Amino acid sequence: MADPALFEFLHTEMVAELWAHHSDPGPGGQKMSLCVLEGMGFRVGQALGERLPQETLAFREELDILKFLCKDLWVAVFQKQMDSLRTNHQGTYVLQDNSFPLLIRMASGLQYLEEAPKFLAFTCGLLRGALCILGIKSLVTASVASLPTCKFQVVIQKT
Amino acid sequence: MAVCVAVIAKENYPLYIRSIPTENELKFHYMVHTSLDVVDEKISAMGKALVDQRELYLGLLYPTEDYKVYGYVTNSKVKFVMVVDSSNTALRDNEIRSMFRKLHNSYTDVMCNPFYNPGDHIQSRAFDSMVTSMMIQVC
Repeated sequence: MADPALFEFLHTEMVAELWAHHSDPGPGGQKMSLCVLEGMGFRVGQALGERLPQETLAFREELDILKFLCKDLWVAVFQKQMDSLRTNHQGTYVLQDNSFPLLIRMASGLQYLEEAPKFLAFTCGLLRGALCILGIKSLVTASVASLPTCKFQVVIQKT
Repeated sequence: MAVCVAVIAKENYPLYIRSIPTENELKFHYMVHTSLDVVDEKISAMGKALVDQRELYLGLLYPTEDYKVYGYVTNSKVKFVMVVDSSNTALRDNEIRSMFRKLHNSYTDVMCNPFYNPGDHIQSRAFDSMVTSMMIQVC
């Protein structure tokens, strides 16, 4: 099916475009681009967080929402489920994907490790947006130890 | 046929409120405002009861002598409140449910609109026309 490829190509172009027009090649400019990508992902996450759970019953607790992210959201966007979800039951969740579709075409191992973070920014925003619309304020960061495995860490902000 | 339809954000301010007999608008605004308490009660009651099924449709919130107020809450804690004329006894539960489902679908479309910022007042004409189709024809 061609649909996942369309999103992957669009995403690759988004990252390339934001990195191409670097007037400030230092770390400041890079942060801006990462913020823009994350912001885009955030808005998309909000829309998805509204549309996807439409038919499901109300979520009862935080863990249900995280499970929804790992199953329904991931399947809708990447056609596969998240491989593992771990929590310390105190507001921190680690979502691990062993073959992240946006990284799988790049390399398999340690090559391009420094380039990987910019391909994860949009997805971090996606998770944060979906959580925000479902009522959870959070901070989402991503880390890559070796492509294409990546981990998304979600820290719930307690108000 | 509804007499007043309101969409209330998670933080309990109205995103969209429209009523048909436009003279007495303030009365409907007040009714919707008081119904928010009942909605909150129902949501917290559902949370406490160890029920497996947690429905989005809240049902009849409270009846007054002229009107009945129905509620619906989405997973994103956005509430829909609908005020219906009491004299219209032909309206059954299923019809109210289907009206709320249409509202939910239109609201989701509004959310997915890139020109809409979540939290703003809903100004979409498509949403307006869908609500008009649900409202009573007063002539």
